[in-house]
Amino acid sequence: MRKWILAIVLAALPGFALASSEGAALDKANIDPTDKASLQRGAKLFVNYCMGCHSADYQRYNRLARDIGLSDEQVRDNLIFTGAKVGEGMRNAMPKKDAKKWFGAAPPDLTLIARARGVDYLYTYLRTFYIDEARPWGVNNAAFPLVGMPHVLSELQGWQKARMETHKDAHGNESTVITGYEIVKKGSMSPPEFDSAMRDLVNFLAYVAEPVKLYRQSLGVWVIAFLVLMTAVFYLLKKEYWKDIH
Amino acid sequence: MANHPHPGTTGLLGWVDARFPATKLWREHLSEYYAPKNFNFWYFFGSLALLVLVNQILTGIWLTMSYKPSATEAFASVEYIMRDVDWGWLIRYMHSTGASAFFIVVYLHMFRGLIYGSYKQPRELIWIFGVLIFLALMAEAFMGYLLPWGQMSYWGAQVIINLFGAVPFIGPDLSEWIRGDFVVSDATLNRFFSLHVIAVPLVLVGLVAAHIIALHEVGSNNPDGVEIKKLKDENGIPLDGIPFHPYYSVKDLVGVGFFLIFFCAVIFFLPEMGGYFLEHPNFDPADPLKTPPHIAPVWYFTPFYAILRAVPSMAGSAFPGVVAMGASIVLMFFLPWLDRSPVKSIRYRGPLFKGAVALFVVAFLILGYLGALPTTPGRTLVAQICSAIYFAFFLLMPIYTSIDKTKPVPERVTFK
Repeated sequence: MRKWILAIVLAALPGFALASSEGAALDKANIDPTDKASLQRGAKLFVNYCMGCHSADYQRYNRLARDIGLSDEQVRDNLIFTGAKVGEGMRNAMPKKDAKKWFGAAPPDLTLIARARGVDYLYTYLRTFYIDEARPWGVNNAAFPLVGMPHVLSELQGWQKARMETHKDAHGNESTVITGYEIVKKGSMSPPEFDSAMRDLVNFLAYVAEPVKLYRQSLGVWVIAFLVLMTAVFYLLKKEYWKDIH
Repeated sequence: MANHPHPGTTGLLGWVDARFPATKLWREHLSEYYAPKNFNFWYFFGSLALLVLVNQILTGIWLTMSYKPSATEAFASVEYIMRDVDWGWLIRYMHSTGASAFFIVVYLHMFRGLIYGSYKQPRELIWIFGVLIFLALMAEAFMGYLLPWGQMSYWGAQVIINLFGAVPFIGPDLSEWIRGDFVVSDATLNRFFSLHVIAVPLVLVGLVAAHIIALHEVGSNNPDGVEIKKLKDENGIPLDGIPFHPYYSVKDLVGVGFFLIFFCAVIFFLPEMGGYFLEHPNFDPADPLKTPPHIAPVWYFTPFYAILRAVPSMAGSAFPGVVAMGASIVLMFFLPWLDRSPVKSIRYRGPLFKGAVALFVVAFLILGYLGALPTTPGRTLVAQICSAIYFAFFLLMPIYTSIDKTKPVPERVTFK
């Protein structure tokens, strides 16, 4: 009985953590945060294509340099276009007020976007812009329907059309499902090249969202190893003291 | 001064003891506090709750050194702590994980009290202090959750404060008084910060002291529910008692070790716990103009939130749900008098109590699960059934505990 209650209680605790996840199917990003070359390529894409409108306010350039294996000079020469100092955050120069007028909403800061939305979402989002003439910028997005952002990566990906299928459920409600994409105007990258580039960009965004993550995990191994040893010592101490209790 | 016998210490300690009861306190609460020798697994969580309290206070002090309680700076100051403050990320994760850990150990601690009848005479006040601690803890957690000023911080606070608005007549004024503004704003953040870092912790520490003083006055219960003070040896020491120090201090260290392994595993490998310890939308800064599609409280509030939502609103007012949620906690205070069983421990109780506890635990866990999800008619129905079980557990307790069969309780505790 006691063991049984214990088992239920302990089993239920992590169960909370796995309880719910809903929403559309997302493609797996499969990023590798230890791949510094990928992070560097991602950083380059970010400053070239994203930072015109978005920022990563809380990410300092010199921290980025240190963590992804670049020198301050390399960052200054290749990644800073705003005249920012190397110790400053990755801010951009777009006035929030104008941005709001142009896009309907100011483009959000992207420092923490990977922690807020998840890497799979970002990977899917970046690759599923499709032509939709009804939208202000001529594109819609599968992961973010009615998106307010233009397809800024079109010179890399090209332009794609979505193949739609309309399904009817048992109640007669119609729903449209995207079954695939068709490139109608080629970009400078092939689809596999573009997927790989987006993986780099998402990898970079995941790094920016929590720069300490790799260090945290590597330190954690030692912490846990120490605690296991310490607990073993505590257990022996307890046994020693308790051997005369009957 | 001469009213209590001097403990016979000499030197510096003797000098102190003549002026302050240092040795006396040490003996009364540790080296000569006799605890039953048959404590089991469930008895680790009291000392662990104390450990987590100390963790929260210490990490909280250091977080306060770098945190800015202002609507324009709060979110950025948390990221400053996570990135630029030396070891700030560790202190922050210790605090955020500690909040969830606090509720885990407290829930398990309360469950222990429930199954071994630790609330029954003469320990009613220990239990009442404990429920007050639980209430203070909920207030502390709720106000602390606003401080990172993320989307869930903001909208969670908005939803909960609006509940007070459902109180008839004074509701709207009451919620405005709590917020200090017409919406959750800088004023709200500032006062929640003040309450979170000083007011509620003071109350919490005071209540914990009262909880422990009351416990040491009457002595600990045990898994057999036997009063060890009934049988004493020629020196007045309970036959089944052993000094808390060193026996339980070293035993609790083992518990601390295991706890820290789990605790640090979360801190270093799963600080978000899949979005349950740190909710994903809270990485978006608070935006008063953008309501998130689904506002979920943090996991430790979800059972009570599910009860709130399970009660249908009447005449367009959510007040009945608010009353039900309040009642679900207030009922706990009456537990010592609702239980009419002649025995304390579940070991000597009959099938009715065992079944009731099992049902209660299952209902509570299901409510916790449902409270985190958006509602559907089916889920609401399940939540209503579980809420009914929750309330029936307390309200029918006088009946099922008095007619339940009990087994004879032994004179001495069972050990090994």
